Amino acid sequence: MKPIEVKNLKKQFKTTEAVKGINFSINQSETLALLGPNGCGKTTTIGMLLGLITPTSGNIFINEEELNYKDHQFLNIMNFASPYVELPKKLTVLENLKVYGRMYLIKNFKEKIDQLIEDLNLKPFLNKRTGELSSGQKNRVSLAKSLINDPKILLLDEPTASLDPDTGDYVRSYLEKYKKENDISILLASHNMDEVTRLSDYVLMMKEGQIIDHGKAKDLIDKHGRENLEQVFLKLVRQKNEH
Amino acid sequence: MLRHFYLIRSSFPRIFDLIYWPTVQIILWGFVSKFFTMHSDYFNNVAGVILSAAILYDFLFRSSISYNMLFLEEIWSRNIINLFVSPLKISEIIMALTSSALIRTMIGLVPAAFIAIPLFGISIFELGVPLILLLFSLYLFGVTLGLLVTAGLVRFGPSFENVAWASLFFIAPLGCIYYPVEILPSWVQPIALGLPLAHIFEETRNILVNQTVSFTNIYYAIGLNLIYLTLAISIFYKSFASAKRNGTLVNIGE
Ligand SMILES: Nc1ncnc2c1ncn2[C@@H]1O[C@H](COP(=O)(O)OP(=O)(O)OP(=O)(O)O)[C@@H](O)[C@H]1O
Ligand SMILES: [Mg+2]
Repeated sequence: MKPIEVKNLKKQFKTTEAVKGINFSINQSETLALLGPNGCGKTTTIGMLLGLITPTSGNIFINEEELNYKDHQFLNIMNFASPYVELPKKLTVLENLKVYGRMYLIKNFKEKIDQLIEDLNLKPFLNKRTGELSSGQKNRVSLAKSLINDPKILLLDEPTASLDPDTGDYVRSYLEKYKKENDISILLASHNMDEVTRLSDYVLMMKEGQIIDHGKAKDLIDKHGRENLEQVFLKLVRQKNEH
Repeated sequence: MLRHFYLIRSSFPRIFDLIYWPTVQIILWGFVSKFFTMHSDYFNNVAGVILSAAILYDFLFRSSISYNMLFLEEIWSRNIINLFVSPLKISEIIMALTSSALIRTMIGLVPAAFIAIPLFGISIFELGVPLILLLFSLYLFGVTLGLLVTAGLVRFGPSFENVAWASLFFIAPLGCIYYPVEILPSWVQPIALGLPLAHIFEETRNILVNQTVSFTNIYYAIGLNLIYLTLAISIFYKSFASAKRNGTLVNIGE
């Protein structure tokens, strides 16, 4: 069963065509990375998968069921984290986790929260207001929120942007470990090539709303005869009108 | 249902603010109406009219504003997307906003109403059982305005906030809060009567001045309210659909 399948997905905003008919799917328990320059349509694609943006045309299938924008049921098995989304500042970290635990109606409420606190090392600032945390600490809390419902599908939009290398590495290691221990499929939009190389099973290269290349990170590097993904990225993005 | 409780709880602080402003307003209007009692025959036996109207109008104002504030707070805290990507339904968002706005409004209003009793010897509770119906009616209208403004916030972003304030002040003169409908120019009167407010405040005066209750006004108000509320709810749903088309939900906080 494919957790996510996207067919000929298009999004036309008033004047910009942000996504121009893309096709892709994510395999069970795999991580798909969305790579591409600013404004190529990554966030728009994620927004459509979350039901935040209505596609102009095309189909989205979540677990082989066509996404239904009226019924929010599919959101029970998904979750999302990104630095441009934050949790209520006035609530403490613990209160926020409880609010979202309730919101997703999770069953083993207390154990799940305790486990996330333990795993993401949230103890030191558990009773601090979320607004008073550093961005690295906030990032960990957001990650905890995004895992609170044991999502089967996790969407991450630049999860480690604005983190120092050490904290960024901490988050990446944690995601790597989490992925090994849980049955989860991840869609990761990122500008961090090391992160993509390390976490992804498959890479989509986007440019101007289209997928211009795809493959395993290693295969892409070999195919384009470069040393690393960053050079592949630069080559593809600077190329003119190949597709 | 638990979700609602937690949503409500997440907007608990600033209780001081909630109590402070209604109280100040009541005290101000209390002195104004006391002054009128000393100098005007009309108000002599009905000193409470202005004050009661002020308290009731404040109730409306609060319920509507706190509705929008709740939503704006979620936008400012950049939390709104977290809510949209959770399995919360739009109807649940409406329910949560409606019930927490009620709680916030009550926190502000109840102390203010009690303060008015010893201070000015005026009690809105003199309105008796119909008071509940009048308050209910006002609350419905507050929710309606709140829904409309929130729909605007969803659709046009936080800059729509100014319209929120403007709309309330625009409606005030048409609401006939402190004076009978007949005072208005004749061509404005039908517009005013099309709003539930005129009926609500007309009845408030009727009860206080004539000591009789006419349920026609009350039923009129509730009927009109239900029409407007239904309209507001459907506009609220439409604003979500349109925000999803325009992609404004994703960067609503910016
Ligand atoms: N709500 C909107 N209305 C109009 N145009 C939009 C809207 N949101 C995005 N766009 C446009 O769609 C295109 C794709 O934007 P998108 O945010 O998906 O890019 P992105 O790949 O996430 O970029 P970044 O790497 O900078 O995050 C851009 O040209 C952007 O200007
Ligand atoms: Mg983006």
